[in-house]
Amino acid sequence: MKQFADLFNAIDQSTRTTVKVSALTDYFQSAPKEDRIWTIAIFSGRRPKRAVTTTRLREWGAEVAGIPLWLFEEAYPIVGDLAETIALVLPPAATHTDLGLSHWINALRGISQAEEEDRKAFVLDAWASLDPTQRFLFNKLLTGGFRIGVSQKLMTRALARATGREEPEMAHRLMGDWDPASTTWEQLILEDDPAAAASRPYPFYLAYALEGEPENLGAPTDWQAEWKWDGIRGQVILRGGEHFVWSRGEELMTDRFPELARIRDFLPDGTVLDGELLAWGDGVPQNFNALQKRIGRKTVPKALLRDAPVILYAYDLLEWGGVDYRQVPLAERRATLEKLCETLPTDAPVKLSPTVAFDHWDALAEIRATARDAQAEGLMLKRRDSPYLTGRKKGDWWKWKLDPLTIDAVMIYAQSGHGRRANLFTDFTFAVWNGNDLVPFTKAYSGLTDEEFRKITAWVKKNTQQRFGPVRQVTPEHVFEIAFEGIQASPRHKSGVALRFPRMSRWRHDKPIQEANSLDDLNQMLEIYG
Amino acid sequence: MSALTFTPAGIYCPAGDFYIDPWRPVARALITHGHADHARSGMGAYMATDIAAPVMRHRLGDIDIDTVRYGEVRQIGGARVSFHPAGHVPGSAQIRVEVAGEVWVASGDYKRMDDGLSTPFEPVRCHHFITESTFGLPVFRWQPQDEIAQQINGWWRDCAQAGKTAFLGCYALGKAQRLMSMLDPQIGPILTHTAIENTNQVMRGQGITLPDTVRAGPDLVPKDHPGAIVLAPPSALGSAWARKFGTQETGFASGWMALRGIRRRRAGDRGFVISDHADWSDLLATITETEAENIYVTHGYTEIFTRYLNENGWNARVLETEFGGEEIEEDAA
Repeated sequence: MKQFADLFNAIDQSTRTTVKVSALTDYFQSAPKEDRIWTIAIFSGRRPKRAVTTTRLREWGAEVAGIPLWLFEEAYPIVGDLAETIALVLPPAATHTDLGLSHWINALRGISQAEEEDRKAFVLDAWASLDPTQRFLFNKLLTGGFRIGVSQKLMTRALARATGREEPEMAHRLMGDWDPASTTWEQLILEDDPAAAASRPYPFYLAYALEGEPENLGAPTDWQAEWKWDGIRGQVILRGGEHFVWSRGEELMTDRFPELARIRDFLPDGTVLDGELLAWGDGVPQNFNALQKRIGRKTVPKALLRDAPVILYAYDLLEWGGVDYRQVPLAERRATLEKLCETLPTDAPVKLSPTVAFDHWDALAEIRATARDAQAEGLMLKRRDSPYLTGRKKGDWWKWKLDPLTIDAVMIYAQSGHGRRANLFTDFTFAVWNGNDLVPFTKAYSGLTDEEFRKITAWVKKNTQQRFGPVRQVTPEHVFEIAFEGIQASPRHKSGVALRFPRMSRWRHDKPIQEANSLDDLNQMLEIYG
Repeated sequence: MSALTFTPAGIYCPAGDFYIDPWRPVARALITHGHADHARSGMGAYMATDIAAPVMRHRLGDIDIDTVRYGEVRQIGGARVSFHPAGHVPGSAQIRVEVAGEVWVASGDYKRMDDGLSTPFEPVRCHHFITESTFGLPVFRWQPQDEIAQQINGWWRDCAQAGKTAFLGCYALGKAQRLMSMLDPQIGPILTHTAIENTNQVMRGQGITLPDTVRAGPDLVPKDHPGAIVLAPPSALGSAWARKFGTQETGFASGWMALRGIRRRRAGDRGFVISDHADWSDLLATITETEAENIYVTHGYTEIFTRYLNENGWNARVLETEFGGEEIEEDAA
């Protein structure tokens, strides 16, 4: 695993894209092919099944390190990563081996059904023979979940360089649910394979947030406006007599949304649609809450299917008549999409997401202000003559979201962060006034600069009133503006409300705590926006 | 009454009417070492080792300071006082205080690894031991200094060959001089930020041997020093001054670099795990060697470390102080 460890170190040590891409390119040219496949799989989130529970790993790690379990459990949140905590507490390796990445993965797959005693012996042997980085990586394979700063974009760039092919082709080949255990380097990267190609989605085109005023984009006639929906971005594929539903996170969700199967009755093979998966009711999109009940469910109870049926609100056509349609200008793609949606019955699980007509940017700004009434989170602006690009690219698609809702709140609890933010206080609980009491209503973790996190960390250390495990109650002294995207009634929370995407938008040094908002203010927002 | 007591101004000895590393101005302060969180300004009179004193004068200006040698015994009022090597930075000391047969040792900051510059740590038997716990978690385990030296020199060599300047972030007092003496001068010139070079001058002036360095002041022309490594306080990395040196990589040398999360947040291109504090096993070994039964845990992972000590037969308690340990965001001072 040394070669993989070297690759990992090269990527992990650097923040520079060029360094990462060149390390990956070298690796994809020189590593054993079966290791290359597993590397692609791991870096794109296709991890082997977890062979050992994390509970056992903690126990075995503490045992081998000769420390009590409670001490291990105290160290873990400070380090912020289980695999790393174990790698650090273990005594130095007694022997050294250099077996390849795929050897270790196959060995792990082999023991997943073994007796616990045998699994333990295997893990302890591995720990005793691996150097610290390899041990960390081995633990990562055990626990799943590699997050190491390699984006899909960097990996496809490196693969394109290593093979002399085009980046979009590589991006397309990596999509879909291929299985690293049964896929070869040749199959995945080099050969044409019609069967695998059938289910394969196109890489999504992702928009950047609009910077500044839309006037800077030029003439309104060059642009198409649509509502920006608050659902799940999805791609629906009809090929080979089957249909496939993909999320933007490259998750195959066909079985989660059985109501979409009827699409096959209305649309021909060789069609690929891009759109938003939304819960639909009373002839309009429902808010995200209705959809949330469906997320994470592998099977869907009938009642949910009836109460919150899901549709694809289609806004783009990526393949038509079996032909890749992405280079066709948006205006033409849209015209074809509209025509094919005209033929759909009103109860079909695909509907056309309407465009928003406007003559002037000022008029559009007024329309945008009403987005919440339309159950939308803002507008999308798309250049009419643009092709459908791959990944996040600036220029042709912009999201122009509503300004978030905000409320001024008092910080009352602080907890230190994990991983990259270990030893800084980054996780805070905020409260609003209810009479003379401060009622906690949300947590927030992001939005401050590193410098501000350092300042608040120093302050928390000096102003801790009480500790509850890792949580510190601090003197109510600082007011923060909390920005959020939505508000819902929630009986599970003391305050009775739950916020969507809360974050700290501003540190209100100018405000004394008496001027923070109240629970009444929150309830008013709930009435208006909930 | 105890030989040492804990007051809002710091650790106090009633029998001798003096404080150890106080954080408020007092009449008489015994100082373990010159770092800013232990040697503060505004004391009526100071006492420190003869090796620590020059840097303290440099940092604190015109102070009334009495110096002692390691092991020399002073009678202060009813207390017998002596200073013993702590191995943290040159001149750093553990302060032993004996009153009516009861022996206390306040150890300030310490490490057990011989860094080649500081007088190596000597365990002192006592009844009551005051210990830091900056790295008091079992995840901290230091590699031998030679191995870290190889990593740093390898990185420097790669930078030099690629035509880049290597910037190494480190604290001005102690860590910087230790790193300098680990560098291989055959790779290229060693340049130093003014804050570090000023401390170098003081140390050279008192007879401590340091490798040759070039002050990277405002007049320095970077291209006259190809293949150089620059040692600078962390706050100077990425500054306008640093950008003068053109294409560069930055590294950071600290015990905190053992944690990947912090390394990625703070280290720039490379993080090197090297600390002037004791790691987990050295903290435990030291506490054992003092044969003390009563342990007072100051800055660091105090609660966790104290609980572990209590479970393993010591009588330990947390002591709230204003010592900072190895702060990752130290300013250039």
